[in-house]
Amino acid sequence: MPEKVVEAHRLTKIFNRRVKAVDNVDLEIEQGEIFGLLGPNGAGKSTMINMLTTILKPTSGTAKVCGYDIVKEAAEVRRSIGVVHQEYTADEDLTGLENIMLCASLYGIPSSVAKQRAWELLELVELKDAAKRKVETYSGGMRRRLELACGLISRPTLLFLDEPTLGLDVQTRVAVWNYIRRLKEEYDMTIFMTTHYLEEADAMCDRIAIIDHGRILKVGAPSELKASLGGDIVEIGVDGEKLDLTPIITEISGVKEVKKIDKLYRIKVERGEEVAPAIIDAIRSRGVTISKLSMIKPTLDEVYLEYTGRSLREEQASEEEIRSLRRTLHRARK
Amino acid sequence: MKNGLSRLDAAKIDTSPLHGLWALTNRDLKKWYKVPFIFLMSLIQPFMWLALFGKAMNLTAIFTGGSFNIPGLNIPKELVNQIGRQIMLQTFGTQDYFSYLAVGMLSFISLFTAMFSGMSIVWDRRLGFLDKVLSTPVARGVIPMAKVLSTVVRALAQAAIVLLLAILLGMDASHITLSGLLGSFAALLLLIVGFASLFVTLAIRSTSWEAQMAIMNLLNLPLLFASNAMFPVTYMPEWLQTIAKINPVSYSADICRQLLLASPGMVDIGFGFTYLAAFAATLSTVGIILSWRYLSK
Repeated sequence: MPEKVVEAHRLTKIFNRRVKAVDNVDLEIEQGEIFGLLGPNGAGKSTMINMLTTILKPTSGTAKVCGYDIVKEAAEVRRSIGVVHQEYTADEDLTGLENIMLCASLYGIPSSVAKQRAWELLELVELKDAAKRKVETYSGGMRRRLELACGLISRPTLLFLDEPTLGLDVQTRVAVWNYIRRLKEEYDMTIFMTTHYLEEADAMCDRIAIIDHGRILKVGAPSELKASLGGDIVEIGVDGEKLDLTPIITEISGVKEVKKIDKLYRIKVERGEEVAPAIIDAIRSRGVTISKLSMIKPTLDEVYLEYTGRSLREEQASEEEIRSLRRTLHRARK
Repeated sequence: MKNGLSRLDAAKIDTSPLHGLWALTNRDLKKWYKVPFIFLMSLIQPFMWLALFGKAMNLTAIFTGGSFNIPGLNIPKELVNQIGRQIMLQTFGTQDYFSYLAVGMLSFISLFTAMFSGMSIVWDRRLGFLDKVLSTPVARGVIPMAKVLSTVVRALAQAAIVLLLAILLGMDASHITLSGLLGSFAALLLLIVGFASLFVTLAIRSTSWEAQMAIMNLLNLPLLFASNAMFPVTYMPEWLQTIAKINPVSYSADICRQLLLASPGMVDIGFGFTYLAAFAATLSTVGIILSWRYLSK
């Protein structure tokens, strides 16, 4: 049975006695998972991460991270996790290597061990050649990779990644994800991440939680979440509209809903790949020619919007958050 | 824990409450000693004070050197000079105002550097560095301690350079002894620890460097002028004397003058040290406790 790396029970954080940033959250994350937390700005993602990484104390509720209580055993929690912040936190006046060595001493890793690990990590994230250059000369992608290396210097059981690809271009994003995958395999880590890029969450995460207004609205594997929306949509266009095929299609197992719009049938089905051929066979057997065929699979975008609502959000980020976001974006684009 | 590799290394991990202190201190110091430009810039202001103000404010020349005379009376130059020297000695405890000011500058440069300790913690917060440190096992109290410690090293090094410059520019070095030097720097150290702790504590909640600048601007001149760093307390109006006698800057300047210039002091050296030690101990304890509590919220 896999061990629980994170166990949160009724975790709550209230700011200024009235703003419920995180509201009675229960959460379990198993060893070896990549777990994604998705939600709009101000949904409570950062507060959640800050509590689990012991930067903030919960107002009520409890949580264990790597088996340690986040309030009573905060130092042990911090020793067993790695955190890669959304911001670039490296000291720009120091070199990449100096930054990693600084992180190592913050974890109390003796310098002989740290040196060896630092070079290993620099090789892994391909910063070996830039190791002795000041960080202010690094590009956004290089900075992100350096942050990853810093987060891994303590060989954490659980790695927190807060928006690991924010502000990076597509190529760099793909590269960063490749590193994360490799690092995970190399060190057998559990990863807890947040992201705004839903297709990334879909591709990377084993499980996803959607959070809004401090509450977790839905947890599950990306495929489960998408299935929960009611499945795929098969659209079939036919020649000749005299015959109404609706009753015939409705009878096919797996079909949930049929809508006829002129010559177009819009069919909601459970597993599109399997049901579509049966529908095609049924239509052809009536001598009707199919002129058009398409299948739409719901993406995580639809799931996300379904739970967090479609209305535009007023900007809920605080002034400080915006400032930090701007700075991160600015440096990422260097 | 579950990771084979971390278990293997677990025995070697330094878990002492002070681990990371030197790493954080050294990080701050590197920014300073690795950039010669900043290093030099930080010396320019005290140099200006010494070279321009100290030399321009040539009180010695006003009272001696024959410039002073009363028309119609024929006072011998020798007498004028003797009176002048006596006035200087009684007012400043030395015959030479430049030496008086130069030693006072040691306390001023220490105070000024200590004020900047708050600034650097504001930047650490704004740039996210503080958050990173907070997510590592470093004890919360180590964070303000590292700031104070790096400030102490920097300020003492700058004070040493200012002293050297002053001697090169003509400060009276005839009374300087090794024990006098050590004593003076001990007094400066206490002053720096106290003020650095104060400014780190003021800054620890702040994300605004503008506010920090405002606090610094508000406090630096009053702390300088309401002290004996530039002028003796004795001739100040009573209300100002009261303030100057509370101001720790007066005590470190006083101790340094007694030890480096052999001047008669404002207070007994023992009392001066006790006062500064109490100042440093109180503010550093309060500062570390408050920062610790705030940072582990």
